[in-house]
Amino acid sequence: MGMCVIINVMQAIEFKNVSFGYGDTDSRQEVLKNLTLTIKQGSFVALLGRNGSGKSTCARLINGLLTPNEGTVTVFGMDTRDKKNLFEIRKRAGMVFQNPDNQQIASIVEDDVAFGPENIGVPREEIKKRIDYALKATGTEEFRHSEVARLSGGQKQRVAIAGAIAICPDILILDESTSMLDPKGRKEVIEVVRALNRERGMTVIDITHYMDEAVEADEICIMGDGVILAQGSPSQIFAQRDIIMASGLELPVPARIADALKKEGLPLPDGILTKEELSKSLCELLQKI
Amino acid sequence: MRIVAENLTFTYNKKSKFAVDALKDVSLTIEEGSFFGIIGHTGSGKSTFIQHLNGIIPVSAGKLTVGDINLADKKKIVKKRYKELRSKVGMVFQYPEYQLFAETVFEDVAFGYRNFYPNSTQEEVKRAVFNALSMVGLVHDCINKSPLDLSGGQKRRVAIAGVLVSNPEVLVLDEPVAGLDPIGKNELMKMLHSLHGSGAVKTVIIVSHDMDEVCENCTDVAVFSEGKIVFSGKPKDVFRRSEEMNGLRLGVPVTGYLIDELKNIGVQIDSDFTREDFAKKIADYYKNIK
Repeated sequence: MGMCVIINVMQAIEFKNVSFGYGDTDSRQEVLKNLTLTIKQGSFVALLGRNGSGKSTCARLINGLLTPNEGTVTVFGMDTRDKKNLFEIRKRAGMVFQNPDNQQIASIVEDDVAFGPENIGVPREEIKKRIDYALKATGTEEFRHSEVARLSGGQKQRVAIAGAIAICPDILILDESTSMLDPKGRKEVIEVVRALNRERGMTVIDITHYMDEAVEADEICIMGDGVILAQGSPSQIFAQRDIIMASGLELPVPARIADALKKEGLPLPDGILTKEELSKSLCELLQKI
Repeated sequence: MRIVAENLTFTYNKKSKFAVDALKDVSLTIEEGSFFGIIGHTGSGKSTFIQHLNGIIPVSAGKLTVGDINLADKKKIVKKRYKELRSKVGMVFQYPEYQLFAETVFEDVAFGYRNFYPNSTQEEVKRAVFNALSMVGLVHDCINKSPLDLSGGQKRRVAIAGVLVSNPEVLVLDEPVAGLDPIGKNELMKMLHSLHGSGAVKTVIIVSHDMDEVCENCTDVAVFSEGKIVFSGKPKDVFRRSEEMNGLRLGVPVTGYLIDELKNIGVQIDSDFTREDFAKKIADYYKNIK
């Protein structure tokens, strides 16, 4: 049996001293400045930062849509500057953009989802299985034979995610993919991606402006002005209020409510980030007496 | 301008196999002076509804009056008033910055004005553009810049200025903060409140998915589901129905979740669901029983 066991945890993505700017050499505005970042295989990373801080540029550097002006980006050890690697890199690093209209190809949902696996030469029977799986995972089975153009924004976005996971990528990059969804749709998408992360070890990079989404990640990276300002677990990151404020972010709503309650004199513990944690602390406090 | 819809009904692709009932018997009154939140899941009919408000989608069944204009009336004389209607009901679509097209910020905003007032002098255009830009908090030094050189939040403000330039009484915004970072989002909401507070815009209508945002900002709310209005009223009356709101896949603000959890252990908190009021009520409760 050709069973292969990976013992060392491999780095899924490595940015080494990456500088990048759009435009010609003489008029170039630096977007990324000597950025170094490592993303471990199997991790779920939230990439945060203001509009224009370089998050989407990072995403596009990972799958070789852009290549660095200086430094290197490697995906499972493959250099994105080497054109021979691009097919393999894009097969292994799927991307879902903010606006699903930018990445839909076929007019019927199942054909659209099939496009990715067909493109990389997956056998027909396997494609069928993958379509079933991807549609089920994203809750879009009922639209299987619908026209993509007739779906709502949130429905289209779930189809786009189905298209990306049908390729069975090792890395999934969500570039603000949930911003057009309603709260439940957003939660569903994150749950789907989380399950793929846990069950298949798929590495996830979630670029988002939603702090409640970031709290669910294993790790948070904050970008600002083309550099990484902070990297750590959600509790480490959100404990550093000065960095949160300085990088134009905010605390998750439950943390802000906890702050307001503390200001009113309630003895709540530090580090509350989720509504479940806040509810637990509040119930304990108010029941005790 | 008061907006009154009565049994408004709309079907996309009528008489074809793709027919979709987007609105079914929608009756709703939006009073002048309100900061109105329209919520509902994707595909619930929110966008179809707001596109009726300035005649982008003509009324096909039911009644709709905006101010003194009866949009269900198909007489030519009413149709002639559509231009006036569109200047009075400003519509800001989702991601409006995608619609910026002119070479400079000035020209982009001026386009909206000239569209409504083609015979205006350059001096009038200038005054209106400067006024609109100051309403959205943009300083005049950006007027000669390309709108594409601005940040995401600024681009969106330019797009909103292009709507405000015709001096609307009602401003309708479809998910105005989607895609903005937290600071951009807070600044934009603050800007809408200052427009509303100063009377520059009498009524603000926002479509939103964020229950916390609606709860903190809106005076009135209507909840859409499958083309119908299921609840409408003050935020506190709507968010009190947490079971139904969860059933509709919308949920309630975090404060609503906490109030429910506390109720389960026998702690009754009567709050309007805003964070400030919630914190005060909890503090009162705590002091009382301590």
